[in-house]
Amino acid sequence: MSTLLTRRKMIRSAIAAMGTLSASGVAAYLANRYGLVPPDHGGLYGVGETLTYAAHRVLLSRHPLAREFSRSQISKNFPAFGTTLPRVLDYVQQMADGFEDWRLPVDGLVERPYAFSLAELQEFPPRTQVTEHICEEGWSAIGEWTGAPLSRVLNAVGVLPEAKYVVFECVDNDWGSLDMADAWHPQTLLAYGMNGGDLPVPHGAPVRLRVERQLGYKSLKYLSRITVTDSVKNIGKGMGGADPEAGYSWYAGI
Amino acid sequence: MARLAHVPVVVASRDVGALDCPRHTALVRVTHWITTVSFVALLVSGVAILIAQPGLYWGETGFYGDPSLINLHLTQNEHHSGWGRSLHFLAAWVCVLTGLLYAVSGLLTRHFRDNLAPDKAELAWRPIRRVLWNHLRLKRPGEDESRRYNVVQRLSYLAVVFVLFPLMIQTGVAMSPAVVSVLPALVSVWGGHQSARTIHFFVMNLLILFLIVHIAMVGLAGFRTRTRAMITGRNTAGKEHL
Repeated sequence: MSTLLTRRKMIRSAIAAMGTLSASGVAAYLANRYGLVPPDHGGLYGVGETLTYAAHRVLLSRHPLAREFSRSQISKNFPAFGTTLPRVLDYVQQMADGFEDWRLPVDGLVERPYAFSLAELQEFPPRTQVTEHICEEGWSAIGEWTGAPLSRVLNAVGVLPEAKYVVFECVDNDWGSLDMADAWHPQTLLAYGMNGGDLPVPHGAPVRLRVERQLGYKSLKYLSRITVTDSVKNIGKGMGGADPEAGYSWYAGI
Repeated sequence: MARLAHVPVVVASRDVGALDCPRHTALVRVTHWITTVSFVALLVSGVAILIAQPGLYWGETGFYGDPSLINLHLTQNEHHSGWGRSLHFLAAWVCVLTGLLYAVSGLLTRHFRDNLAPDKAELAWRPIRRVLWNHLRLKRPGEDESRRYNVVQRLSYLAVVFVLFPLMIQTGVAMSPAVVSVLPALVSVWGGHQSARTIHFFVMNLLILFLIVHIAMVGLAGFRTRTRAMITGRNTAGKEHL
């Protein structure tokens, strides 16, 4: 009787193990198929990153807007972190000229690569939004941002169907990337205005990114180039940005 | 089993009975220890995240210079929040999925109804006061008392399972800018992002308080037998030889 029980138990365990294996195989296939795997999926922490990213992509599949606030709620005390003045000669010269010579090339998997001037970006129908900037450190502040929705700029250059990521380079050598869901999102801005005025230098002048459904470090400052690509594997360490290379999640929706 | 040869037959047969009917089911034991590991990971990584901004604020926003509810006077250090966040959310996934398994199975197997819901007669000031008084003067529970959870134990376990952990998950999720874009009420019920963060901190303190009392009570009842019972399931209450 005891051997019978053991055999039954063994068969049951084997079926359970096979079920788990095939279920995780199916899950891995579906996750890849529907773009639910972030570039920093490697290692033990990558398991958590993948679960969070996949769950959020399903949860946010209807592309809801981040919370917006009234102008009266704008923080008087909005800190500027990281680089607050890029010590790059070209940048300092552009700044002295009021960024007239500044250009933002948009290239990669696009039909019509183009380098936009600040004035040309300001010709796109602008969007203004009052949102909360939530820092991974724990603080948060509310600010008003005005800029060209990235989706309009991407439409202007014509994104090719194989595009999967948009890569952003910055004057201070910082860089990062977004998936297409966040790139096309209406609140994702190339922001040139803050709290009703021009974007101040400490906050990333002349143009910074705003990604309102992710933590503050995804809203890169001092943009210098935008590249549409189908993979970030061959850029840097292949993790999609300087932040994941430094140990911070590529997807920062939580 | 050789150990049993030295003890009286009556106790031996009871012990064999206990093997067939364990003190804790396998599912309770496995989920207990996975929760323990993930809770420690959440605690350590939570502190790593907290020290990046040791001020606690009320309302929507908060930064140095804004009036803070509490300044924890911890040494600010922003260099541990990277791995802190990665470990925190990995452990949170483990903790939440384990908790779901425990909660669903606890309902299906009537674990909550049979073992955790207090009897109506026990829900009175007198029996609660008696248990608290016995605990406070560190009276070791007798064998009869250690066969079932007492009323204070039941109420604390229910509070941890159905109030504190759900609050921890809710306030944690309320801090996600992505999740609240789907359901803004998750954060607006607390009055803002920083309020949710502050409540997350206070509920963590209650969970630490529970952990301290829990370990102290396990120590009082017999650390080795109780820990063994939670590992092997064997009920050897009252036979502690420490």
